[in-house]
Amino acid sequence: MEATVIRTGTEGKTWGGGNDPLRASYGKMMMWFFIVSDALTFSGFLAAYGFSRFKFIDSWPIADEVFNHFPFLHGVDAPMYYVAFMTFILIFSSVTMVLAVDAGHHMKKGKVTLYMFLTIIGGAIFVGSQAWEWKNFIQGEYGAVTTNGGNILQFVDGEGERVAIADFVADLPVTRVANQRNTGIWFSDNETLPEYTIEEVKAGFAANDNVLIRTKMFDENGEKTILSREESIEKLNTEAIGVVQGANLTENEYGPPLFADFFFFITGFHGFHVFSGVIINIIIFFNVILGTYERRGSYEMVEKVGLYWHFVDLVWVFVFTFFYLV
Amino acid sequence: MAHSTTHKHESNTKRIWFVFALLSVVTAVEVFLGIVKPDFLVDTTFLAMKLLNWIFIILTLYKAYYIAWAFMHLEGESTGLRRAVVWTALFLICYLMFILLTEGDYIFDVYKNNHVAWDF
Repeated sequence: MEATVIRTGTEGKTWGGGNDPLRASYGKMMMWFFIVSDALTFSGFLAAYGFSRFKFIDSWPIADEVFNHFPFLHGVDAPMYYVAFMTFILIFSSVTMVLAVDAGHHMKKGKVTLYMFLTIIGGAIFVGSQAWEWKNFIQGEYGAVTTNGGNILQFVDGEGERVAIADFVADLPVTRVANQRNTGIWFSDNETLPEYTIEEVKAGFAANDNVLIRTKMFDENGEKTILSREESIEKLNTEAIGVVQGANLTENEYGPPLFADFFFFITGFHGFHVFSGVIINIIIFFNVILGTYERRGSYEMVEKVGLYWHFVDLVWVFVFTFFYLV
Repeated sequence: MAHSTTHKHESNTKRIWFVFALLSVVTAVEVFLGIVKPDFLVDTTFLAMKLLNWIFIILTLYKAYYIAWAFMHLEGESTGLRRAVVWTALFLICYLMFILLTEGDYIFDVYKNNHVAWDF
């Protein structure tokens, strides 16, 4: 080996090699640079969300109305409590992660194991909570009517409280059937039909005098505009073309289709990060138990996955603000 | 590796719990403000944005600072690495936000004031 080394006379000097100006190991530095590039990806998503939000600044859905579910409290309006809980879980799992890193510096294998375990549990609870949020979001609660122009009309009673379509809809004889493959030669599959037809909604609306239409436009008080009874009937009869319940990528009952698209993409991309973070944490957890890092004499791997895990928390702090608060 | 062997790490547990308490309190304040939405914060605007939203964003950056500095231990990294990470992200994100939000606002104005039919 010694014979192959070329001496340049610069050993020990700045350009002689072997010094590391950033004083970080290769792996840790690369984790940081990965985090920077990933942060820019998330920023791209959030900036695009901001763009669409500014574009529809007078008609964007109010997050408090959309995310108001809490487990075991059906029909109770609980805006944001659940997301706050999720945020808290993620922050706490960040704390246990940093405690694991700290214990690793002192080569305390038992403590690292315990804290890594708690971190994994926290991550799993978070991913589960997100799945539950998605379920509520996709299922929807009140339902709405779509218009020619691609807008959403929601229903309220005289006091401005939201009314579900199911509460006033008329029961008309079924006229529309979802076609299946076996009913046509070239036919593959029909789209899923909404539970009620627009005719049923119109008939039910006409029969219930106290139901009004709420458009998605904000009035000067920052509330959604509620139309008078006459305007409501007029609007429903001239513009309404379909019924939407819940959300998918093409339409949703909350507002512009982009709202649901961004919800799925941003929280989905973040959820994917949490999920992969949990997987990586599990791998490192087993390595800790097996004593890999004990033998290696350094728990730096725990520190590296810790960086990733904190980054996931960091992103959530921003997603929480821009999706649920602002 | 050199990092963990050359100098001793004193335990940071106290600081970790302090930062945890801080982050929890800030989150609680955010949620409280988000639910109550005090009128004077909603009605007052500064630079075309509600005061309430300014508070949310500033508190978010405050939390992000603590997560990055204390949890991700940026405060202990060399100045070069810290700047390579923070400045790069910060400048690019500010630029991106400025361009896209300005453009979004412009398109909103076009839809609102010009003769572009979008609701038919």
